[in-house]
Amino acid sequence: MIRLSDVWRTYFVGGVELNALAGIDEHIRAGEHVAIMGPSGSGKSTLLNIIGCLDRPTRGSYLLDGREVSGLGEEELSRARREKIGYVFQSYHLVGRLTARQNVELPLVFAGVPRAERRARVQEALDTVGMANRADHRPSELSGGQAQRIAIARATILRPRVLLADEPTGNLDSASGDQVLEYLGRLNAEGLTLIVVTHDPAVARRAERVLLLEDGRIARRMAGKDLTTVVEALGEARERP
Amino acid sequence: MSAGDVIRFVGGALGANRKRTALSLLGMSIGIAAVVALTGLGQGGREFVQSQFDFIGTNVVGVLPGKVETSGGIPGIGGAPHDLTVEDALAVARGLPAAERVAPVFLGNETVAHGERSRQVLVFGSTAEVQPIRKLELRSGQFLPVSEWDRGSPVAVIGSKLASELFPGENPLGTKVRIGGWQMRVIGVLREQGTHFGIDLDETAFVPVATALRIFDRALLFRIVFQVRPGFDGAAAARRCGEILRERHGEEDFTITTPDAILSSLDSILRLLTLALVGIASISLAVAGIGIMNVMLVSVAERTPEIGLMKALGAARRQVLALFLAEAAALSALGGGLGILFGYGLLAVGSLLQSTVALHPPLWAVGAAFSLSVVVGITFGLLPAARAVRLDPVVALSGRER
Repeated sequence: MIRLSDVWRTYFVGGVELNALAGIDEHIRAGEHVAIMGPSGSGKSTLLNIIGCLDRPTRGSYLLDGREVSGLGEEELSRARREKIGYVFQSYHLVGRLTARQNVELPLVFAGVPRAERRARVQEALDTVGMANRADHRPSELSGGQAQRIAIARATILRPRVLLADEPTGNLDSASGDQVLEYLGRLNAEGLTLIVVTHDPAVARRAERVLLLEDGRIARRMAGKDLTTVVEALGEARERP
Repeated sequence: MSAGDVIRFVGGALGANRKRTALSLLGMSIGIAAVVALTGLGQGGREFVQSQFDFIGTNVVGVLPGKVETSGGIPGIGGAPHDLTVEDALAVARGLPAAERVAPVFLGNETVAHGERSRQVLVFGSTAEVQPIRKLELRSGQFLPVSEWDRGSPVAVIGSKLASELFPGENPLGTKVRIGGWQMRVIGVLREQGTHFGIDLDETAFVPVATALRIFDRALLFRIVFQVRPGFDGAAAARRCGEILRERHGEEDFTITTPDAILSSLDSILRLLTLALVGIASISLAVAGIGIMNVMLVSVAERTPEIGLMKALGAARRQVLALFLAEAAALSALGGGLGILFGYGLLAVGSLLQSTVALHPPLWAVGAAFSLSVVVGITFGLLPAARAVRLDPVVALSGRER
C-alpha cells in the first residue's frame, strides 16, 4: 500500500539545512495497523504529512497504492488525498460554524459528489460512529469524544484506503479515548490501513507494528505486543550521547 | 463543488461571525461613503459656480462706472467723473450693431408695500431687454413694456417670494403696490429663480429704469449690460462700445468686462474646482482602499487553520481559492454597495439642509469607488488566502507558521 524508499525531507531554515527525514525505508501493507512513536522533533509529523500527500519528499521515492507520488503536481496530489487518504487530528479540527452533519459532508463537497447523494452517505457515516442523534449539533455542543467520532466519520466518508491519525486520543479522557480507538480498530478490521502517531504506549500497543523514529530515521521496528521493549529502547536511545 | 456549494459556503462564512462581517462591511462602506459624499460635494460646488456663469451668459458685456485700473489719483478728485447715464445706454444701443440687446441697470433698496404688509427689497430698474439677457422667466403676467427708456410707467414685475409674502393666497396681477412713495401696478410675477450673483431674484421688484431713477431721485446708472449678437466678436464689440463712450465722456472713466475675460476666469475657476474634486476623490479612494485592505488581510489571516483543514480534507488549491475569492467578492461588493447607499444618504441629508447647491456625486467617482472596493477587496482577500493555501496544511492547522 505504502512503499517509502530512501525518503528525505530537507528544510532550509536561515540558510541552514535541516533534515526532518533522513532516509526512510518502509513498506506498509494494505490493511495494516501501524503506530509511529518517537520524541518531539524526530520527524513523526513530517513523515505523516508525506504519507498523507500534504507534503512531498525532497529526495527519494514514495509509492502510494502502486503509484509514484513524489513527482505529482498540486492538482494530482489533492486528488490522491481525496481518493486515498483520511486525516484525523488531535484537536479534531471541526469547522465551528458548521453542524456535525455539514462537517462530515465537507469532503463530499470538495470531491464533487452531487447534493442528492451526499445526504444518504453522510447519514450512513454518522450511523457508523454512533453519532446520528447528534448530527445537527455544532462542535461547541459536543464532547471531545463525540467531536473526534465526527472527525473520524468525516475522514472516512470518501472511503479512503489509508487513515492517518495524529494523536487521536491526545485530548480525550481514557473512556472516550478507548471508544475512539475501538472505532478506529473496527475500521482497520474492515480493511482500512491505519497509521497512528502517538506518544501513548497504550495506544501504540494496539498496533501490529510500531515504528520508532529518531532524528529523521526509523531507529527500531517492533511488534505492538512487544511495546514495553520499545519503550525501554526509547529510553536507551535517549541516554546514548 | 457546485455554484450552490460556493454560495452556501460564503453565506455560512459571512453569517457565522456576524460581528466580524458587520465590522468589515462598516470599514469598507465608510471609505466608499466618504468618496461618494466628498465628490458629491465637490461636484455640487463646481456645478453651482458653472450655473452662475451660465445664468449671466458668457456673451454678456458689462459696462461699470469708474476706472478699475489704478492709474491717476483717487477717483472723484481732479475732474468730475462722468458716470453712466440712460443716454449712454441709448447711445450704445444705437451705435453698436454688434449689440443684440442693451439694458441699463439701476439698483436700490426700497420698501415695497401692499396694504398692511411691507418688505424691504431690491428694486431693479431696467428695460424689457434685461429679461432675455438675465434669463428671467415669468410665472404669470408680462415683463416690463418694450421701448420704455425715458417713460417711467408706474408698473412693476415682482419676484415669486415677494409676491407670496405681499399677496398670500391672492393673485397680485393688476393690484397696486407702493414702492417708496409711489403707486405701481403689478403686471407680472417671476418664476422661482433663486440667488444669482448676489441678487435674490425671488425678492426683487423690477420697474422701468426711468421709474427707478424717479423713485430714488437719481440720474446715474449702476451699470449697462449688452448681449453680443450671435456671430459677432465679443472683444471687438467691447472695444467699439468703449470708443462710443469715450467719445461721449471725453475720457475713459468706465470699465468694460468682456465675455473673454469672464470666460477665461470661468475656465480657470472650473479647472481648479475639477482638480480639487479629483484630489478629494483620490485621497478618499486611497483611504478607503487601505481600510478595505486591512479588513481583508485580518479576516483571512484569522482563517489560516480553516484553509489547512480544507486541504487535508482533499480540497484542491483552486477550490480553496475559489471559495475565498467568492467570499472576498461578496464581502467587498456588499461593502461597496452599502457605502454607496450610505454616501447618497449623507448627500440627501445635505440636500435637505440647504437647497443652494445640488449635491450629487459624479458617476465616474461612484463607479471608481465601487470598482476599487471590489478590486482591493478581492486582491487583499485572495493574497493571504493564496499564501495560506501554500502553507503546509498541518502547520496552517496549528495556526503557527514555520
